[in-house]
Amino acid sequence: MIKIAGLSKSFGNVHAVRGVSFEASDGKITGLLGPNGAGKSTTLRVLYTVLKPDEGAASIDGHDVVDNSLDARRVTGALPHGAGLYPHLTARENIAYYASLCGLQRKDIPQKVDSIIELLEIQDFAHRRTKGFSHGQRTKVALARALVHDPQNVILDEPSNGLDVMATRSLRDLILKLKDTGRCVLFSSHVMQEVAALCDDIVIIANGQVAIDDSADGIREKTGCNDLEDAFVEAIQMVARD
Amino acid sequence: MRTLFTVFRKEVVDNFRDRRTMASALLMGPLFGPILFAFVINLSVERSLSDVEKSLEVPILGVEHAPNLVRYLESKNLDIIAGPETRELAIEAVTAGIHDIVVVIPENFGAQLTDAMPARIELISDQANTTADRDARRVRNALRNYNDELATIRLLARGVSPLVLRPLNIDDVDVSTASGRSGILLGMMSYFFLFAMLMGGMYLAIDTTAGERERGSLEPLLTLPVTRDKLILGKIIATCVFMALSLMLSLTSFFFALKFMPLEELGMTPNFGPDVVGKSFLLLAPFILIGASVMTLVASFTKSYKEAQTWLSVVLLAPTLPILIVSLLTLRPRLEFMFIPSLSQHLLLIDLIKNEPVNTAHLAISVTSTLLFGAMLTWLCARLYRREGLLV
Repeated sequence: MIKIAGLSKSFGNVHAVRGVSFEASDGKITGLLGPNGAGKSTTLRVLYTVLKPDEGAASIDGHDVVDNSLDARRVTGALPHGAGLYPHLTARENIAYYASLCGLQRKDIPQKVDSIIELLEIQDFAHRRTKGFSHGQRTKVALARALVHDPQNVILDEPSNGLDVMATRSLRDLILKLKDTGRCVLFSSHVMQEVAALCDDIVIIANGQVAIDDSADGIREKTGCNDLEDAFVEAIQMVARD
Repeated sequence: MRTLFTVFRKEVVDNFRDRRTMASALLMGPLFGPILFAFVINLSVERSLSDVEKSLEVPILGVEHAPNLVRYLESKNLDIIAGPETRELAIEAVTAGIHDIVVVIPENFGAQLTDAMPARIELISDQANTTADRDARRVRNALRNYNDELATIRLLARGVSPLVLRPLNIDDVDVSTASGRSGILLGMMSYFFLFAMLMGGMYLAIDTTAGERERGSLEPLLTLPVTRDKLILGKIIATCVFMALSLMLSLTSFFFALKFMPLEELGMTPNFGPDVVGKSFLLLAPFILIGASVMTLVASFTKSYKEAQTWLSVVLLAPTLPILIVSLLTLRPRLEFMFIPSLSQHLLLIDLIKNEPVNTAHLAISVTSTLLFGAMLTWLCARLYRREGLLV
């Protein structure tokens, strides 16, 4: 369960996020949708605690991301945009390193790593050093790494960026699996179709503000557009008009 | 504690697999110093020995004008050969580097000598050329000796004691011991050791911030339920271990390299046995923490791996600065110097190699102040690792 209330963040003169509020519930997939530079990444970075908000608050499972950031991180698995691996370690070692840092018992780690490798279907290259992995392979390993400690909340920043059709499909399956196990999944994207196909709730962000926060049907109704892409454009223009 | 160990172990495994780190930690750093040193020493020994033994070819223009002088020079192990035809040609030949030196004996040399007038003789050489300069000095010395002998004979012929020409009798008494003399040369080694030490940890220090950032692995790392202090500390400890390894290798390789250096022939017996290797390691070890934290600190301000490398190569030279200043001013070890890292290690190391008693108070100050500096810089690293701008 992720809650954000009145979140603002500036970098110098650039107001990346201004007063963003929304909730992402357990057992649901929430999509953060918006054009490039809308403030999606900044919002997510505040959530996975690498940035501190200027104003407002955010909490994950009731743990404040500023005052109680270690607990918030403990219940969260995050995949930052363009997450990199350690090229001299094997995929397995990369995952095991994170498992150990997350505080998993040493005796449990091998088994835990095995099961996540199976879940992501990366057995074929798990034993190889990650140097020279394809983008799809890297993303899967990074995802496995983020999920190895069984987090209740999963935050993914543009996970499908640069993935081919097959990889995107298996990513989608994984996200649905996470939802089915009652997890709270929050991911960002700038691709309308992807969000529409997956998400229970859609938060459209533009210009650092929330334009619409609703289900796909609700958005169609509010904007009066039948096509979601039109609705997306309409919502963004609504913000611009304000 | 476990987190610290996890980070440390990962860094060690990761870097042991990195060819670049291994090359700089285990090869470049430790071998660069001794090889360079052995090369320089062997060269200088070879030269100083060959000077005495080898006969030197001396082209002379006008051999026929001074047969006695020529015979004298030949007795001094100088091979007299016929020089260029004219004085102009001789100058040309020296300028062009065909001959290093040419002696020109004018036609009236014999006449001037008979008249007891100062007989003119020319020594053409290029003094900017160091080899030629040494050869010229040898010929000049031989000519001076001939001059002295003639003077003695002339005085004796006039019934005057030749001793009147020697009002002073200067005798050099050198009190330096063989170990002491090597101290000057081996003092240079303290920098090689510090250099090797820094090289050993350079790539780890870069990787901690700039490297992880460039690879995109820093941001996911910071989303884990681990405090940043533990991450940076684990990384700095790993850096320290590589630096210690590199230092140990450097000391050991130097120990073996010394066996192949003909230092005795230069009048030096270095005090560099296995026990001194061990003591030197302990003496230099406190500097590891400073080196690791300074390199991590500098790398954390850079935007990329390349930029970090550029800046760190400047850091590699930093420890020479105090050493250089004190060496140039030829200052004796003083209590104040012991507060300055790198300088205190350098001065104490020289004492150790010279086989002179090491001042315990100096040693205590050196170790304490160096460790204190290191701790402060490590704290600063951790502070900077906590800031938001780290990711940008």
